[in-house]
Amino acid sequence: MAEREKLLEVDHIRVEFGKKNRPFVAVEDVSFDIYKGEIFGLVGESGSGKTTVGRSIVRANSLASGEIRLNGRKISGKLSNADDIQVTRDVQMIFQNPANSLNERANVGYIVAEGLYAAGRSYTKKQRQEMVEKALTDVGLMPEFAERFPHEFSGGQQQRIGIARALILNPSLIIADEPISALDVSVRAQVLNLLARLQKERELTYLFIAHDLSSVRFICDRIAVVRKGRILELARSEQLFANPVHPYTKALLSAVPIPDPVDERNRNLLVYNPSEYNYDGDSPVWTEVEPGHFVYANRAELQAC
Amino acid sequence: MKESELLISIQNLNFRFVLRNQVIHALRGVSLDIYKGECLAIVGESGSGKSALVKCLMGLNDKNGHIESGKILYNGLDLAGVESDKEWSNLRGGKIAMVLQNPVSALNPLKTIGWQIEEAVKMHQGLRGKDAGKKVLKLLEEVGISEPEKRYHQYPHEFSGGMCQRVVIAAALACEPEVLICDEPTTALDVTIQAQILDLIKAMGKKYGLTTIYITHDFGVAANIADRIAVMYAGDIVETGLCNEIFYDSRHPYTWALLSSLPQLGDKEQALYTIEGTPPSLVNDIRGDAFAPRNPYALKIDFVSRPPVFSITPTHWARTWLLDSRAPEIKPPEHIAALWKKGRELGLVNS
Repeated sequence: MAEREKLLEVDHIRVEFGKKNRPFVAVEDVSFDIYKGEIFGLVGESGSGKTTVGRSIVRANSLASGEIRLNGRKISGKLSNADDIQVTRDVQMIFQNPANSLNERANVGYIVAEGLYAAGRSYTKKQRQEMVEKALTDVGLMPEFAERFPHEFSGGQQQRIGIARALILNPSLIIADEPISALDVSVRAQVLNLLARLQKERELTYLFIAHDLSSVRFICDRIAVVRKGRILELARSEQLFANPVHPYTKALLSAVPIPDPVDERNRNLLVYNPSEYNYDGDSPVWTEVEPGHFVYANRAELQAC
Repeated sequence: MKESELLISIQNLNFRFVLRNQVIHALRGVSLDIYKGECLAIVGESGSGKSALVKCLMGLNDKNGHIESGKILYNGLDLAGVESDKEWSNLRGGKIAMVLQNPVSALNPLKTIGWQIEEAVKMHQGLRGKDAGKKVLKLLEEVGISEPEKRYHQYPHEFSGGMCQRVVIAAALACEPEVLICDEPTTALDVTIQAQILDLIKAMGKKYGLTTIYITHDFGVAANIADRIAVMYAGDIVETGLCNEIFYDSRHPYTWALLSSLPQLGDKEQALYTIEGTPPSLVNDIRGDAFAPRNPYALKIDFVSRPPVFSITPTHWARTWLLDSRAPEIKPPEHIAALWKKGRELGLVNS
């Protein structure tokens, strides 16, 4: 693991909202590294701050403290114009709701090409057209679709358009914020397969944000579980599913319905109740329980596993 | 299964609506029986007509839609023929109640929680004043909301999504309905909350002897809650059976495809199973089996003639030519074969 190249380093970031004197801390002391070519999952319930972390990386939320580095260069805080454009090119986002994230009054060709106008390099009309055609073909759509409008497409196709828009700038990191939550089960599989294929072909790196552990199991190499703005457990997917340590991770895993009536009836639903663990007297620490498997827990929780 | 009483019988229901000058044939001859006290899950993709079907049951379809033919018999009354708002308002809420997908938009943001539940109590049960208030507090307690006296005076924005859904369920139960229709009530919620709401719906169903119709696109949820499952595709029910029969003895290729494409089952090394293509447009008349163009097991006849209903057991039937005695023997996908085997070994299905 050590020789792998770090693409993104998130270093003790903290994000606050609201007034300065009485801030609401949405993200606290979150650190993780994403290696090149990796799919990193960020899982948590609504309100856990997982989206805020993603938005901080694309600089939509500013940091109260901490630092984010891409390829070793700082991308948080104030940036020079040239750096700013470079980061915009390198980090792209795919959104949750494909219908809302596409401009309904622009045709698909413009939606996909829009990044090219903003990326600080001038392209001729013909170049742009070629790039749009290539991006659409890459995501499994027909080049002719460029003339059409978003409402003419199904949810899965709209999500493909969103992916094409992210790909056209040839980014090195893609932040996918719940890209399959709004889709039907049968279409989910198609979009997940597409994302996995693109990752292999283009050696992309993803930060994959989701609320459902079962959907990230298939695609992610490593997963971090977030609760109330903190990472509670971070491990390789297999480790996390085979040996969850933190009681909250166990509760999340136990809540996923199993599509098999016999297993489903035998499923034991666990509930995480923080007051059961005395955090005041025995405060949690960041511990490595096995190589590459970290837990933010106190002694009582570690013993309970 | 013990003999149960038929409550709702949907017979050959055809429903069309007009949208942008196009006639969409949303329900193409749906037939379905619903028994008293059971929980029936309707599973299907978006656009398969699950919501159109339950809207027919509630008389909630927009003016651009109409029931072309068919019957919905409920306690001897044909709901397809009910026209007047007065009759509907007795049925709706009083006899048939509904829980919608998004709890936050189902509640009025300008009224307190207590007021909204009390409204239903006053309208359908004729309770007034203190009696109505007491009933509301009792309901709030039943659905698991702590400190009901305090919560009574709060507004929806002070509640989390899961709590709002509990309030909606309380309002639905306020009039002691016979039938509870749940239209994807947990899709907008977190998984941990989803588990709690499912438990609540099950507990309430048992307590009040409700007949529950549960719409979902998630087979995991269906496995949790359903006694029987109906699988819908392109405005028609393609397979119906007991929960175990659908999971461990499924016969329709569409059911196979849905069961196989769940991300939970994915192996990292290989791609997930997907259904090629897109659902058919319901604007044009569909020739043959609607699923045929996407079906790797399609026979020639699937493109020509619509398959009839083939019965596998008295409770289990499917609309696919594969069950015809002349059809060639085919091997189901790996995952389905494993489920079949499990079902036989555990003796969950008799065949």
